[in-house]
Amino acid sequence: MTNWKVILNIAKTHLLTKIKQTSTAALGVTFGIGAYITLVCFMTGLNGMLDDLILNQTPHVHIYNEIEPSKEQPIALYDEFKNSFNVVHSIKPKLTQKKIHNALPIIKYLEEDENVRGVLPQVKTQIFYIAGSIELGGNLTGINPIDEERLFNMGDYIVEGSAEALQNTDNGILLGIGIAEKMSLHVGDRIQISPISGEVFPLKIVGFYQSGIADLDAIQSFTNVKSVQRILGEAENYITDINVKLHDIEQAVPLSKKIEQQFNLKAIDIKTANAQFETGTTIRNLITYAVSITLLIVAGFGIYNILNMLIYEKMNDIAILKATGFSGKDVQLIFMSQAMIIGFVGGILGLAIGLGLASFISTIPFQTEALPTVETYPVNIQPLFFIIGFTFAMLSTFLAGYLPSKKAKKIDPVRIIRGQ
Amino acid sequence: MTTVLEAKNINKYFRKPVLFHVIKDVSFRVEKGEFASIMGKSGCGKSTLLYILSTMDTDYEGELFLNDELVTGQSRQYLSYLRNKHIGFVFQFHYLLSEFSVLENVMLPAKKLAEKSFEEIEHSAMEKLKMLNIDHLGRKRASRISGGEKQRVAIARALINDPSIIMGDEPTGNLDSYNAENVFNIFKQLSDEKGLSLLVVTHDEDFASNTDRIIQMGDGRILS
Repeated sequence: MTNWKVILNIAKTHLLTKIKQTSTAALGVTFGIGAYITLVCFMTGLNGMLDDLILNQTPHVHIYNEIEPSKEQPIALYDEFKNSFNVVHSIKPKLTQKKIHNALPIIKYLEEDENVRGVLPQVKTQIFYIAGSIELGGNLTGINPIDEERLFNMGDYIVEGSAEALQNTDNGILLGIGIAEKMSLHVGDRIQISPISGEVFPLKIVGFYQSGIADLDAIQSFTNVKSVQRILGEAENYITDINVKLHDIEQAVPLSKKIEQQFNLKAIDIKTANAQFETGTTIRNLITYAVSITLLIVAGFGIYNILNMLIYEKMNDIAILKATGFSGKDVQLIFMSQAMIIGFVGGILGLAIGLGLASFISTIPFQTEALPTVETYPVNIQPLFFIIGFTFAMLSTFLAGYLPSKKAKKIDPVRIIRGQ
Repeated sequence: MTTVLEAKNINKYFRKPVLFHVIKDVSFRVEKGEFASIMGKSGCGKSTLLYILSTMDTDYEGELFLNDELVTGQSRQYLSYLRNKHIGFVFQFHYLLSEFSVLENVMLPAKKLAEKSFEEIEHSAMEKLKMLNIDHLGRKRASRISGGEKQRVAIARALINDPSIIMGDEPTGNLDSYNAENVFNIFKQLSDEKGLSLLVVTHDEDFASNTDRIIQMGDGRILS
């Protein structure tokens, strides 16, 4: 037989007559939650950006022919030495072709797998960029530009020109920005390149590529798969790398294992290739939550203090309420509801302030060489953060209100009334 | 005559700082419509007895009946309900909720009981205030009225649920003689006209001598 209307009315009157204390307590929660929302939106935004920087460009599974020594040396095949202890010195890597054997059927096979979002062939080769008598070493990668843009956000890293232009231009080249600067080249110019075999090919510059990693931008250029095959004088089935993008990144590890076994190729999954990245993300999240929780705990202590003081001030009121028929539980509910109202109002305000600050941060200009497509600070605003923040506000005020209100419940009215 | 309140062999001990037998085997009854006062020297246990009778103090031996219903050993929740419905209190210090208006103070126990609608409660609260000639104070904050007025508001609050008995702990102890007489007259009137039972602890000889019955206490026992 809890009479909520009466209890809430008393709680409301207490809060309103002590509006200064109430708002101080609520502001504590507001700042805690506001800081949490701002921090978590900003931090996860940064995390997302940094992840994208690496992960978007990285295939989920990268298949290629690794140059490595044979695992089984010839002597192991010779029966007469089967029971002896063999030592082989100066092992050399096995001579293999760079191209993936039966690359086109493998691509077709992988494309049929339902976990796979896309399979892209690449042809990688070393070349020289030729400027007069100067030869600059570099890498040329043959790609399917439109598909690369679709699956690996290649477009984000093309600072001038476009993937379509590369697709549509025969003998076009997407030049690394570092090389372009060194050689003072512009879009529309021609550049001469030479594969290791020695011939010279002129290619038309259709755009510039900037990954944000300066060392890479100083050597890396892209062209169509067919152009590279022509430069190298190879057939259409000459494919050195296959990049696979999956629907679910978690499938990368099992798929790469399967490919290695089935095709006798090297397949690197994204988790192995970028293990240190996960660690960075985890630690940044940890810091965000540690700071936010600290703020909320401080806010919680503020509420605890203020309610404690309020209960001391209201000893007489508590005694009289109990004498006139309010039970200990009713009195506890009065003070609990005060804490919860403070938490609710402070929490909602905090969410609003957090949203405002996060939105504001997302408009601050943030330009850096390393990230050509980022213009403002990255902010990741997600409903989940708001739900977590609000839940935490309610939880911490509940705890902060519970202890003082329990004390109020136990106050013996006789002692207060007789004490006067 | 029906019995409103009956105490049977009440014993109480204070355990701190040393074991002390405060109330010694007290038995008595208050009949309906009776205006009784408890007198005695300071420290004789009269207030202690009153708080046992009020059901607020549950740490005693013996049996207590309210309207012939055994109260001893009931849950605190139920005791709260009994106090709310059947007992009205008037203390030496007015004990109003200072942040609420006079009317709200009077209405609060009835709202807690929640047996009537808000309008009915407000109406009956206004009636009680009118009866005590303080209806013009209804909208004022409880902290803004004089001591004598506060005590009358406290009486109005005690009456709001039409209780079986009103208990007072030195209700006139903090008032000047004019206001004290006023409060006494109100009590007397309630007892005579409405047939209300009253049990009042007092030091005031004049006050006590005008009541129906004086219960004289000394050293934890009822003397007469």
